[in-house]
Amino acid sequence: MAPRETIETVAGCRIKLMRKGQGEPLLFLHGAAGAGKWLPFMDMLAERYDVIVPEHPGFGASDTPEWLDTVGDLAFFYLDFLEQFTLSGVHLVGTSIGGWIAAELAAKNVSRLKSLTLVAPAGIHVKGVKRGDMFMWSPEEMAQNLFHNQEIARAMPQPSTDEEVMVVLKNRLMTAKLGWSPRMHNPHLRKWLHRVQVPTLILWGDDDRLLPTEYGPAYRDLIPNSRLEVIAQCGHLPHVEKAEEFTAKVDSFIKGAA
Amino acid sequence: MKFYMMHLMPYADLDLDYDQKHNSAWITLPNSYYDPKKGAKLYNRYLDELEYADQLGFDGVCVNEHHQNAYGLMPQPGVMAGALARRTRKVKIAILGRALPLLNNPVTVAEEFAMVDNITEGRFIAGFVRGIGAEYHAWSSNPADSHDRFHEAHDLIMRAWTETGPFSFEGKHYQFEYVNLWPRPYQTPRPPIWIPSQGSSETIDWASHPDRRYTYLQTFTPIAMLAKYMQMYKDKAAEHGYEATSDQLGWSVPLYVAETDEIARREAQPHIENFLNKFLRMPKEMLLPPGYLSLKSMMGVMKAKSSIGTKQTVDSVIEKGMFICGSPETVRAKLEEYHSEIGFGHLLTLLQFGTLPAELTRKNMELYANEVMPYLRQKVPAAAAAQ
Repeated sequence: MAPRETIETVAGCRIKLMRKGQGEPLLFLHGAAGAGKWLPFMDMLAERYDVIVPEHPGFGASDTPEWLDTVGDLAFFYLDFLEQFTLSGVHLVGTSIGGWIAAELAAKNVSRLKSLTLVAPAGIHVKGVKRGDMFMWSPEEMAQNLFHNQEIARAMPQPSTDEEVMVVLKNRLMTAKLGWSPRMHNPHLRKWLHRVQVPTLILWGDDDRLLPTEYGPAYRDLIPNSRLEVIAQCGHLPHVEKAEEFTAKVDSFIKGAA
Repeated sequence: MKFYMMHLMPYADLDLDYDQKHNSAWITLPNSYYDPKKGAKLYNRYLDELEYADQLGFDGVCVNEHHQNAYGLMPQPGVMAGALARRTRKVKIAILGRALPLLNNPVTVAEEFAMVDNITEGRFIAGFVRGIGAEYHAWSSNPADSHDRFHEAHDLIMRAWTETGPFSFEGKHYQFEYVNLWPRPYQTPRPPIWIPSQGSSETIDWASHPDRRYTYLQTFTPIAMLAKYMQMYKDKAAEHGYEATSDQLGWSVPLYVAETDEIARREAQPHIENFLNKFLRMPKEMLLPPGYLSLKSMMGVMKAKSSIGTKQTVDSVIEKGMFICGSPETVRAKLEEYHSEIGFGHLLTLLQFGTLPAELTRKNMELYANEVMPYLRQKVPAAAAAQ
């Protein structure tokens, strides 16, 4: 079944919101590709949780507000979002740039969170570990480098209509705006990750060519009550490439954290 | 019409087989391909060529800015302008950089340009650009902020040149407690400003505004596009309630003139083709990072069949009017025709391109200066009056 899709206004910005399921609230923050479609892992999670999937300001069907300059702005935006929807005891799950937003949000204020799951999050820099440069990749290289399993990479749908191409360009523009320099991180974030005082799960694919798996231990060491799990034969998008394993890990972590 | 010699100062000794291992002569091509012994000779040869242009009677010489590539060895064009300032006597010196959005401190450019303007006693022309997309990879500058930073840096430099200091500057990207330029520019109120572009309606709209009336310089485009953009500038000026002068319109184009059409084509061919296919080579992601173009323009690029990466030939660029090549008669006739159709007041010719060696460059310069320029100098005022 399709999720409920609405347009909401938060902090003066109209965003697209998808929502489905019953249970404790689970807020999913998407990565650089936006949240255009309701994905299989969302359906699986919606069997046990109230899954809330906003599209970030500046991405996809959401507006681009004047105030949006940094990932820190988006972290404050989602703090406003949690207040506006009076959400508490939230399981916050973020992937890639969404993981960065989630980490910044949790460093600022965890009072409405019950757990945090970071999936190959951007946001910190590990000296000497080279990231992939997604801005130099062609669309074909992008697909190849995001997945371990090249059959899945080849099967990923490419934008076909003008509207779809426009969304890809818009998402790419905002990804550059937020993450071009310093590349995909905030140099000050690591100083404050000790403030993330909720149970935290860090998930990483073992074959991540965008944000190498070596970033996982660094994040784990910075967040006090955290553990790292590495998913085998998996690229940068475990929730897509290994949807069942991903969902099972998130579900069992949340149950343990409750 | 005024005549300028434009130089890119390519690393002409590049191993042209680099493209068997690397996909670009920019950003990612290892600098082990650069031999300082050869590079030093090239720098001095190229500077000699620009000094020679002064002696040959050109109105100006132009240097430009690109970073981390074999295509043009002038990442800091002020160095070249400084070297030329004392070794030339009559020519204007144009810096057709600087790429303002790359700058951490635009005041450095206000200062540098003002110094050159003073040393040359006003023989200086300032160029402001956003750079090509590759520069944003080279300098880690955020392409998504490119337009914003360009305008803010421009406003800061303008105020630094024209306002009595000290003043404070309160921008989004740049903030200063004290801006108080020593030296002030030699020219009053400031040096002429040129805006080179590969064609952008936004840029034309901005440059043609009555507050600015900057010279719009169309670079390396098919003649049909040149005509379209020059007309766009005139139309914009008319919308703003004034008539654009030819001084506000410039064209930059590679040119090769030799004894006959056949000799010209034969001598130029390998060098212009190297220029197009070896030195300009780069993937689309490098050329057009996100934000460099508006989403609408980027959409157009995605839909258009891209010419990037497709091999170009001497004949294809001659046919499109992107390269002027032939005997003095042919070159005179073409330039006269284009001028009478389009009416540009500044003609910038790239008389060295790609691997074109020193002897052929000098021959090209001499034939152009002796057989083409004088003819057009005589003809063009008459043609302009007849319009």
